[in-house]
Amino acid sequence: MPKAKVTFEDIGVTVTVPAGTRLIEVSERVGAGITYGCREGECCTCLTKIVSGGEHLANPSVLEDQVLKDNLAPRGHRLACQAQVLGGDITVRPG
Amino acid sequence: MADRGLSDDAVELAPGVHWVGALDPHLRSFDIILKTANGTSYNSYVVRGEQGVAVIDTVKENYAEVFFRRLESVARYDEISTLVLNHLEPDHSGALPELLRRAPQAKVYLSTRAQMMLKALLKPPMSDLPDYTPVSTGDEVDLGGRTLRFLHTPYLHWPDTQCTYLVEDGFLFSGDVFGCHFCDARLFNDQAGDFRFSFEYYYAHIMRPFREHVLDALALIEPLAIHLIAPAHGPILRHRPRDYVHRYRELATPRLTNEARSEKTLVVFYLSAYGNTRRMAECLAEGAERVGGVRVSLYDLEGGEPDVFCDLVEEADGLAFGSPTINADAVKPIWDLLSSLTSVNVKGKLGVAFGSYGWSGEAVRLIEDRLRGLKLRVPVDGLRVKLVPDHDELDACRALGQDVARHLTGTVEHRAIDMSALVG
Ligand SMILES: Cc1cc2nc3c(=O)[nH]c(=O)nc-3n(C[C@H](O)[C@H](O)[C@H](O)COP(=O)(O)O)c2cc1C
Ligand code: FES
Ligand SMILES: [Fe+2]
Ligand SMILES: [Fe+2]
Repeated sequence: MPKAKVTFEDIGVTVTVPAGTRLIEVSERVGAGITYGCREGECCTCLTKIVSGGEHLANPSVLEDQVLKDNLAPRGHRLACQAQVLGGDITVRPG
Repeated sequence: MADRGLSDDAVELAPGVHWVGALDPHLRSFDIILKTANGTSYNSYVVRGEQGVAVIDTVKENYAEVFFRRLESVARYDEISTLVLNHLEPDHSGALPELLRRAPQAKVYLSTRAQMMLKALLKPPMSDLPDYTPVSTGDEVDLGGRTLRFLHTPYLHWPDTQCTYLVEDGFLFSGDVFGCHFCDARLFNDQAGDFRFSFEYYYAHIMRPFREHVLDALALIEPLAIHLIAPAHGPILRHRPRDYVHRYRELATPRLTNEARSEKTLVVFYLSAYGNTRRMAECLAEGAERVGGVRVSLYDLEGGEPDVFCDLVEEADGLAFGSPTINADAVKPIWDLLSSLTSVNVKGKLGVAFGSYGWSGEAVRLIEDRLRGLKLRVPVDGLRVKLVPDHDELDACRALGQDVARHLTGTVEHRAIDMSALVG
């Protein structure tokens, strides 16, 4: 199975994960500072800054785009409960 | 029923601007979490321009009748061009479905965050949504000689909240912000009874968890010329309205300057019947102090009340909780504190748990789960020690303290791990 490497800047941890994993699943397990509420892409609690490697994340859904827009999220931000890693190296930190 | 001392007519704030709200003097508890010794009011307002009439917020559903009577005393339904929803909580949107039936031509203006809530509130049979426009800071509605300008002030105290400024008159329709649960038919702050306690109490329970958002909102509100603040509950602030803005600024600012501001702060809370968890707490604190840039404070929860500790929690960057395991759980003062934190913002603070135990040691895991539930980050595993901590175990407490401090100061060594090695 393809793997990806996700680095959480705030806690200085790099995790090797299977493709298809959502960012929140990893951040939760390593205790990174990304927090969550609904886990359904609605509340925007899990807003995450993608420092690099954004192209290795699956494209946002229409709902995610809308929620990011409604919350005036700056560019390069994603919802950790929605964003799935595809491969490569990705670096993130709480948004 | 006529409200105590008030007729069913609208009350004028200025020519063409009226209060059309409702009084609820007998309410004694609001939203479950608030006491209301004096009842409350649901304030709704009507603004008339040369080309249109705007209604700003409505009232709780059971008060719709008096609201409509007051509204009818100053406007016909077919004149209403604009409905502004500053906040969709049912105490302000209760009469909305009926108002939309009576004034179907009215255009609804709400914040971008309110859109999904509107759908969830007006569920079928009202599923054919009204014509609505999402607005943000700076957007305006022209009523003809009178302009409504919107301020995006989310999380005061719901994601959808906004304020509306009537430019020509300098009136701020602030929603729950600057409001309080205080019912007085005299309506205006220079005539009503002493509502200072209610004003502060409302801030402490409703706005305080959103302190950062209060400060963002104040940055938008303070530059405005304000002649009157018309909140959604309690007295209308026409006498020295700016005092209330100042008071919010004070309330949202820490009381004493934190002398450790340039450093990170860690507060260690613990309880200990025989001194084992206390010894752990002291060594954890000692270890954290060894790392430069972290100021540590140590508190025995037996010596204080949750309210006081809440203030400490609000200011701290990191929080350590130590509890022995007693009857398979952490002890009650820990839970009392951890269930009192809804009035402060703890999201993203660092949390860690530790404690001495006899045979099963549930306390540490239970505390960690609660910390995660409160949206703290818990980057280091907690530490349990069986009964009396020995020399090595106390060293492990110091090491834990160091680890925590490094996480606080952002000086942890980089680690690489595989997902499959992570439990849970
Ligand atoms: C003061 C207050 C705070 C609230 N905070 C939240 C919240 O943080 N998250 C959430 O999903 N809903 C929150 N709500 C919304 C309520 O859960 C929602 O209105 C619910 O429908 C109320 O249910 P009830 O009719 O059983 O009281 C809050 C409501 C109030 C009054
Ligand atoms: S947790 Fe609510 S949007 Fe991700
Ligand atoms: Fe409210
Ligand atoms: Fe309210």
